[in-house]
Amino acid sequence: MSSVPIATTRSATGIPTGKLAVWWVLGSEIVIFGGLLACYLLFRLMYEGWGVQAAYTNTTLGTLNTFVLLTSSLFAVLAHYYAERKEAHKAFINLWLTIGGALTFLGIKTYEWGTEIAHGFTITSHPFWSFYYTAAGIHALHVIAGAIIMAIISLDVLKSKNLHRVELIGIYWHFVDIVWIFLFPLLYIAK
Amino acid sequence: MGQAAASGHGHHELSFFQKYLFSVDHKVIGMQYLFTGMVMALLGGFFAYAFRMQLAFPGMDVPLFGQVSPVEYNALITNHGTIMIFWVAMPVLIAAFGNYLIPLMIGCDDMVFPRINRLSYQIFLLSAIVLLVSLVVPGGGFGGAWTAYPPLSANSEYNLTKLGSTLWLIAVALEFVAFLLGGINFITTVMNSRAPGMKMYDIPIVIWMIVIASILFMASVGPLVAGAVMLLFDQTIGTGFFDPARGGDPVLWQHLFWFFGHPEVYVVLLPAMGIVAEVMCVFARKKLFGYKTVLYTAIATGILSFFVWAHHQFVSGIDPRMANVFTVTTVLISVPLAEMMFVYIATLFGASIEFKTPMLWALAFITEFLLGGVTGIFLGASGADIYFHDTYFVLAHFHYTFVPIAIIAVFAGLYMWFPKMFGRYMSEFWGKVHFWLTVIPFNLIFIPLFILGASGQHRRIYDFTKFPDLATAGLQSLRQIATVALVVMLLGQIPFLINFFYSMFRGKKAEKNPWNANTLEWVAPSPPPHGNFATMPEVYRGPYEYSVEGRASDFWPQNEKA
Repeated sequence: MSSVPIATTRSATGIPTGKLAVWWVLGSEIVIFGGLLACYLLFRLMYEGWGVQAAYTNTTLGTLNTFVLLTSSLFAVLAHYYAERKEAHKAFINLWLTIGGALTFLGIKTYEWGTEIAHGFTITSHPFWSFYYTAAGIHALHVIAGAIIMAIISLDVLKSKNLHRVELIGIYWHFVDIVWIFLFPLLYIAK
Repeated sequence: MGQAAASGHGHHELSFFQKYLFSVDHKVIGMQYLFTGMVMALLGGFFAYAFRMQLAFPGMDVPLFGQVSPVEYNALITNHGTIMIFWVAMPVLIAAFGNYLIPLMIGCDDMVFPRINRLSYQIFLLSAIVLLVSLVVPGGGFGGAWTAYPPLSANSEYNLTKLGSTLWLIAVALEFVAFLLGGINFITTVMNSRAPGMKMYDIPIVIWMIVIASILFMASVGPLVAGAVMLLFDQTIGTGFFDPARGGDPVLWQHLFWFFGHPEVYVVLLPAMGIVAEVMCVFARKKLFGYKTVLYTAIATGILSFFVWAHHQFVSGIDPRMANVFTVTTVLISVPLAEMMFVYIATLFGASIEFKTPMLWALAFITEFLLGGVTGIFLGASGADIYFHDTYFVLAHFHYTFVPIAIIAVFAGLYMWFPKMFGRYMSEFWGKVHFWLTVIPFNLIFIPLFILGASGQHRRIYDFTKFPDLATAGLQSLRQIATVALVVMLLGQIPFLINFFYSMFRGKKAEKNPWNANTLEWVAPSPPPHGNFATMPEVYRGPYEYSVEGRASDFWPQNEKA
């Protein structure tokens, strides 16, 4: 009695099925964020007042968060490196370091949003802030989802099972990083 | 994988719940999509009946419905459109046929991710339930048309359906998620899990079409997912993305919607074209004329479909220079489609055609869709569209495309694959009765609507007696002809339903390959068991080797060695 269908074990393209699927997921994510950012850019170019609003975003915390997220990606790469060498314990630690990065990112974000809301910059105060909270919020949801999936995978990794999944979540994590690389200049640097 | 082992691929007896409700078997999931789609189709048809009765006989007490109020009228037309596109065409054409056919036709035992497949259906079912709930909440169902243009859709002071419009939006967004999950499964399965020996040009056209459609859907729906979140925030927490009073732009939604909405036409068209190609080759006993032409024109259509969306917005105040560009691209997209039509007709040329029920539907598809395509050219030209925009001419045009796609092609496929799905034949006689009772009334509904539209009758009007120019006896009789034809068409589905369910249990037993077809699904037993094939097939040739010279039989299955 096999638990996996024959279909899942085949690989006509030579690319493992899981990896192929992750790339297609990312493809669909790219158009979601692409659409959102295209809307933002068009609005931004059309209306002058947006730059004034953007001046109030906290560049220091944004930069710090960029640093945190990029560092977490390094741990994701290390986790993959150790998973490939079957060093499950080290892979497990690096996965949790990545999760730690995610949590730090979310913590800084919470502080940042709290300050902004306290100063009256809420999601309804101006379309710029609507985009700011929507885009960064959807991105933060991806960070949370990634952290949860990583935690689930780490339990398998501890038992040296499904080590290939470390690479898959790594690919996803880099994507979450790249989205932030687009958001950071658009929301924080371009004043 | 423990759970999958218990419910999906074990060989022990499964409980009813495991087998039919929480199955991970692609065939069962395909059936779930099919039956959900059929139930929703009946509902969408019933909605059409209710509002058509109001238009033909204003103010009458509609049997089985009662008086149609203006608010109900808006909700009925909105949800008729929404249901027919998102809960009938999509689930039946892509999800039902895709799930059922992909593993069977490429010769493997299941989808690559059976549990994601099950999740996809569960989210879809949830979306259908949310939509149904949205119809009965206080204030009534959403009535701002399936296109949901803001500010009407964004502001409950305008649409008066605060809860209904939000639930409607959530339902549509959930449906998108279900199809993204399903699509990733489809694409990955076809890329990776084909039978040994099945090369790129050995894949049956219908599988290609479903995969291309899934990619189109995935690439076009993203911006609208973002747009749906934005609209949801506009509705619920008071942002102003689409509200000009607060710095937003309502035309932005139109761009997001139609950037998805137009490729969506091809998302449903391509699988329908694929089904028709399969049916035609089997019943014409002839090789598909120009397999590669069909494949590459489908890809070309898909790419072009991303550059035509603004032809829906010619009167929305877009730059006239942009209108020129989009006129050119829109007229251009008729070229690959015309090419496909010619290829299909060339497939029929000189063939020994068997006029079995599936073939009748396939031929009707070609004829009727052609009319839909030709009338589209009037609308794609921005000059003519300014006159035709938002009239019944537009409505008749897209029904002449969508009915062939979502009804006629679906029936072609259903009649052909029924013996495979249930191991029994449907009645040919009642199939033909059903065919004529659908296709003749279909034309009688929409030809009058073309005339009405050309006479200037606008869409989304509750009661034409309030408009002296439109309330003439001549125009009213055209409305009545269309409505009576609709009632006949709906009644014409009764023979189908009886035939379908009777044959499922009492029909004549069908053997493995009742139509002498080549593709791999006919190698499996009818109906295919868990795992589909006794021994996994290998592929030695393309899918359409019919009437090959020098062979005793007129077909040559893909899995037959030499």
